[in-house]
Amino acid sequence: MKICITSKGDSPESVPENRFGRTPFFVVYNDETGEIIEVINNTSANDASGVGPKVVQMLVSKGVNVVVTGQVGGNANKGLEVAGIPTYAFGEAKTVAEAYAAYKAGTLTRIV
Amino acid sequence: MKTIAVMSGKGGTGKTMVAAGFSVFSDEKLLLADCDVDAANLSLLLETSNTECRPFMGLECAAIDQTKCVGCGICQVYCRFSAISQGDDGIFCINPLKCEGCGVCSLVCREGAVVISERQSGEVCRSDTPHGPLFHAELFPGSGTSGRLVFEVKKDALNDEPNVPAFLIDGPPGIGCPVISAISGVDAVVLVTEPGISALHDLRRLVTICRQFGVQMFLVLNKADLDEERAEYVRRYCADEKIEIIGTIPFDPAVIEAARRGESVAGMDTPAAESLKKSWKALSAAMGISQ
Amino acid sequence: MKIVVASGKGGTGKTMVSVNLAWAVSQSQETHLIDCDAEEPNVHLFYPGGKDEGPVTVKVPEVDSEKCTLCGACGEFCRYGAISVLTESVMFQAHLCHSCGGCMLSCPVDAITEVPRRIGMITRGEPTPTLTVISGILDEGEIAAPAVIKAAKEAGEWDGVSVLDGPPGTACPVIETMEGADVCILVTESTPSGLADLRRAARLTEAFGIPAGVVINRSDNEDSSTLAFCAEEGLPVLLTIPFDREIAAIQNRGAILCSEKEEWIEAFTQLYEDTVAIAGGIL
Ligand code: SF4
Ligand code: SF4
Ligand code: SF4
Ligand code: SF4
Repeated sequence: MKICITSKGDSPESVPENRFGRTPFFVVYNDETGEIIEVINNTSANDASGVGPKVVQMLVSKGVNVVVTGQVGGNANKGLEVAGIPTYAFGEAKTVAEAYAAYKAGTLTRIV
Repeated sequence: MKTIAVMSGKGGTGKTMVAAGFSVFSDEKLLLADCDVDAANLSLLLETSNTECRPFMGLECAAIDQTKCVGCGICQVYCRFSAISQGDDGIFCINPLKCEGCGVCSLVCREGAVVISERQSGEVCRSDTPHGPLFHAELFPGSGTSGRLVFEVKKDALNDEPNVPAFLIDGPPGIGCPVISAISGVDAVVLVTEPGISALHDLRRLVTICRQFGVQMFLVLNKADLDEERAEYVRRYCADEKIEIIGTIPFDPAVIEAARRGESVAGMDTPAAESLKKSWKALSAAMGISQ
Repeated sequence: MKIVVASGKGGTGKTMVSVNLAWAVSQSQETHLIDCDAEEPNVHLFYPGGKDEGPVTVKVPEVDSEKCTLCGACGEFCRYGAISVLTESVMFQAHLCHSCGGCMLSCPVDAITEVPRRIGMITRGEPTPTLTVISGILDEGEIAAPAVIKAAKEAGEWDGVSVLDGPPGTACPVIETMEGADVCILVTESTPSGLADLRRAARLTEAFGIPAGVVINRSDNEDSSTLAFCAEEGLPVLLTIPFDREIAAIQNRGAILCSEKEEWIEAFTQLYEDTVAIAGGIL
C-alpha cells in the first residue's frame, strides 16, 4: 500500500503540510517496507483554481492508497471519497516521519 | 480561534460598519480580514499603518505569439468566451478582460502559437490596526477573479497565526463565488440586514447558502426603526428560521456622519455605537470568545 | 441606446436610479428595463408579476462510461478541476465547470458529450404598455452570473432605449453588463468609501471606453470631495438626490419615487436627456 503524506519539505524530517491541494510535496511511503518510495513535487500547488480535484487525479494515477494531511477542501474531499482513498489528519505530528508512525499505530483520526 | 464572517447579501446594509464596530468593541485584539474585495473599505474605517502588499496573480490568461500564428482562426471558433477577435489588420488577438484562461485555444492551435500565463490582477495586503492585524486586498478593475482573491486574503490571514480569540471577516456582498469562498470554513455568520424590501429578499437567499454550509447564524437588524412593519417581519422570519437576533441598531445620523469622516461609529457616544457594543457582547458570549 | 446604471459597490441606490430612470423615459417612449444584477436581482420587487421566460442553461460535459477508457486526458486538460479521472470513474463537479468545452475536445475516444444544465432563469413583465421589465435571476448556489446576464441582455435586445441595472463591484458580472453599452451612469454616495468605489467604477468605464456621468445619492450637501474627483476626471454630475427619510421610506417599501412625488419626474427626465448627450459626446 502507498501511504502519502502532505509535507512542507522533501524529507521525513520535514514539517507536515496542513493544506492538501496546495501542499508543496507529497512524501509517499510503502507500508510493507516502511520506506519512502517517492517524493512528489506538487506542480499544481500554485495553480489558479481547481487544485484539489487535480491533485486527487494525480494521486490516483500514482496508485496512492491512503492520504495523511491537515485539512481537505470540499472539492478534493468529494474526489477522495469517490476515488475511495481513506484520508487521515496528522494531528499533533511534528514531522512527516512522526505522522507516518502515528498512521501505522492507528492513532490518527479519519477525515474522509 | 473562532472564525466569524459578517455578511449581508445586498450591499449597503451596514455590514462594514458592523465588522468595524465589532473589532473596536472587542477587549482583545482580533484577526481581521476584509473579504469584500470588490469594494474593500474596512481599512477606511480603521486606523491602518505599516501596510505591506504582495501581488496577486489571478486566473491565467492566454496570449497569441504573433511570430508563430498563421492566422487560421481556429482558436476563435472554439473560444466559448468570445475573447478572441480578428483586428482590421487581420491579426488575431485575445482580450484579457474576457479571457477565462480555459486553455481551449492552446489545445486547438496547431501552430503552438498560444501561450497561457498568469497575470497580476490585484494585491493582497496586511496592515496593522489598533484592533489587530487586518488583511485586505485590492482587485484591479475588470480582473474578475474575486472568489480566488477572497481565498488568498483568508489564507494570508490564517498564515499570520496571531494569538487571538477570533478571526473576523467582512464578507463580500451577493451570493456568488466570492461569498462561497468567504463562508467556507467559518464557524458562524453574522447577517446584517435592514427592513427594506430588497434587503429582505437577499437575506433569504443568503440564509439558504449558509444552511448549505451548515454554519451557525446570527442577525443584526440595522436601521430598524426606519420601517417598523418590515422590522417586525424580519423578527418573525428569524423566529421561524431559529436565527438569533443579537442586535437592533436604530437609524442614527451619526453613522452617516462617521462614514463621511472615514471613522468607525463605534468610537462615538451614540445609540448606534451602544447597540453595536451589545451585539458584540451577545455574539462573543454565544460563540465562547473570551472577554 | 443602452444605458448601464452601475456603482462600485451595492447599496448606493443604483436600482432606485434605474427604476426611476426607466419610469421617466417610458412616459414618452417605449423602454426596456433589464435587471443585470443576477446575484441580487431587485428590479422585480418594484415591478412584480414578471412571467417566467424559461431557464438559462450552460453546457456541461457528460461522460459515456461505456466508451470511456479512463485515460485521464479530460482531467489533465481542465484548468478548473471540474472533471477528475479516478480509479473507476470520471467525477464531474458542476459548480467548478466554466463550460469551456475543452474536456470534450481532449477526449480521444469521443466519450464526452455536452448536456444543458440550468443555472438561472429569465423573467419578463410589462407593467405598463410602454415599459418592459426583464430580469436575469441566478439560481442560489450557482456562480456563473455572467451567463445569466448575457441571456437577460439578449432577451431585452432591441433598437430602442434599454436601461440596464448593473451588478455591484468591478468583477466579471459588471464586465458582462458593460459590454456593448453606449453610456454608463455611476451612482455614488459622498463618503470616503463611496468615493473609493466610484474611483474603481470610473476606471472600469475608462478601460471600456464608455462615456460616463455620475449621480450622487443620499447627499447632505457636503459633496465637495466627490465633486472635485468628478471635475478632475471629467465626469459630469448629472443628478444629486438628497438624503431624506421620506425618499428612503418610499424606496424601502418598493414604490417608485417618480410616481409618488411629481417633482422627481422632471429630474429623471432631465437625467435621461443628459445621459443621451453624454453618449453622443455632447456633454
Ligand atoms: S489557432 Fe493558432 S495559428 Fe490559428 S489563429 Fe489561433 S493562434 Fe493563430
Ligand atoms: S484561454 Fe479560453 S477563454 Fe481565453 S482566449 Fe483561449 S479559449 Fe478563449
Ligand atoms: S467544460 Fe471545461 S471547465 Fe467544464 S469540465 Fe470540461 S474542461 Fe472543465
Ligand atoms: S478523456 Fe475521455 S476517455 Fe479519457 S478519461 Fe476523459 S472521458 Fe474517459
